[in-house]
Amino acid sequence: MLLPEVEYARPASVQDAVRLLSEYDGARPLAGGQTIINVMKARAAAPDVLVDLQDLEELKGIELATDGTVVLGAMATYSDVIESAEARARPILGEVCAQIADVQVRNRGTVGGNVCSNDPTNHLPPLMVALGATMTVASSGGERSVPAEEFFVGVYETAAGPGELLTRISVPAGKEDGFAAVTIGKDGTCIVNVAASLNGGAPRVVVGCVDAVPVLLRPDSATEDAVREAVQNANLHPPSDVHASAEYRRHLAQVLAARAINEARTRRN
Amino acid sequence: MAATLVRSRPVTVDVNGTTYEREVEARRLLIHFLRDDLDLTGSHIGCDTGNCGACSVLLDGTLVKSCMVLAIQADGAKIETVEGLAEGDELTELQQSFSAHHALQCGYCTPGMLMSATALLREKPHPTDDEIRKAIQGNICRCTGYVNIVEAIKAVGA
Repeated sequence: MLLPEVEYARPASVQDAVRLLSEYDGARPLAGGQTIINVMKARAAAPDVLVDLQDLEELKGIELATDGTVVLGAMATYSDVIESAEARARPILGEVCAQIADVQVRNRGTVGGNVCSNDPTNHLPPLMVALGATMTVASSGGERSVPAEEFFVGVYETAAGPGELLTRISVPAGKEDGFAAVTIGKDGTCIVNVAASLNGGAPRVVVGCVDAVPVLLRPDSATEDAVREAVQNANLHPPSDVHASAEYRRHLAQVLAARAINEARTRRN
Repeated sequence: MAATLVRSRPVTVDVNGTTYEREVEARRLLIHFLRDDLDLTGSHIGCDTGNCGACSVLLDGTLVKSCMVLAIQADGAKIETVEGLAEGDELTELQQSFSAHHALQCGYCTPGMLMSATALLREKPHPTDDEIRKAIQGNICRCTGYVNIVEAIKAVGA
C-alpha cells in the first residue's frame, strides 16, 4: 500500500535526532517500523517527517550494571533482548519478548517502539510498570527520568512529548516475576495480559488491555486470593470487541493475574 | 553533522550480489522497490499489513517483512530474496525438498517460506520440529496445513 507522502531524515546522533524532532511539529521517530509503517498505511496517522534512528548505535546496547540493573537501549530489538546474556539477569524480559508476534517482527521491532507506541494491547507497557523500570527521555535540554508507572499517559500517548526521545529503559535487579496473557492465536495480539513482580517489597500486579494505560494494583499479599481480590476491587471497565466481551476480559484479568503471581512466586527460590 | 530532510533520495542496495542504485521516495516500501523498481517479483505481497510473511527477505542477513521496511531505510544494505537462492536452474537443497515433499500448492507463500527456512537453517542446521514451527510462525500458508512444509525443512536439516 502506498504511504502518505513523508519527509525523512537519518541522523547520526541522538542530539541531532532530538533537534529534528523538536524542529518539526509533525516529526515522529522511526525505530523498527513494525507499528508506525502499518499505521501510516491505514492512514491512522500521517507524520510529516520520519526521523530514522537506525544509525544511533548508542541506543542499541543492552548493559548489565554492577548493581544488577539491566539497561535496555531503546533501539534494542526483541531478538536482541532474547539473545542478550546481560538481559538474562532479569529473565522475564527475554521470555516476554519471545512471545511477541513472529521472528520477522522480533528481528525488527524494538523495546522503545513497543513502549512508545503504547498500544493498550502491547506486552511491554504492563511489564515495565510491574518491574518498576525507569525511562530515560532525551530532549535538546538534556535528559530526564520518568518512572514507568508515570510514562504511560493515554492510548498511544506517553510522557515522551514532542521534541523528546526515549533513549533507554533501566530495569532494576530481580527475578521474581511472572507474565500471563490470552492472545489472538499463538503469540498474537493480547486480549488481556498481566505482569506481576514480587521484587522491591510489596507485590506489583499490572493488568494490560483493560484500560487506556496499564492498571497497577498493589495487593496486600502475594497469595492467589489476595491478587484475585485486588483485581475484583479495581472495578475494571475493559472494552468489548469481537474478540472478547468486557465481562470476559474482567474474568481473564483475574485468572491471568493469578497465573502471573503464581509464576512470580515459584521464582522466589 | 546535521541530517537534512529529504522527500526522496538515491538508494544503493546489493540485492543477491547485484548493486542497484535508484532514486527512491521516502514513503516507498521495500517490497514495492524490489518488485516494481527492480523487477524482482519473486517476493510476494500478500496481506500488506505485516501478518502473512509472503514478502519476507533477508536484510543484512536478518529475516524481515519487506512490507514493513521503507526502501530508503535499506540504503547501503545487502538484501537476499528468493531469486538469489537457486544458481541458474540449479535449485537449492531446500527448494528441491519443498518440491519433493509437496510443500506447496498454490505457491504464493513459498518465497517467504523459503527465506524464513533459509534464515533458520543458517542459524540452526538441524532444527527440531518445534524450532521449525517457531521459525515459520510469521508465514501464513492457506493450502498445505504446514505439515509438508515442516517435513521439507526437516529433511534438509536431517
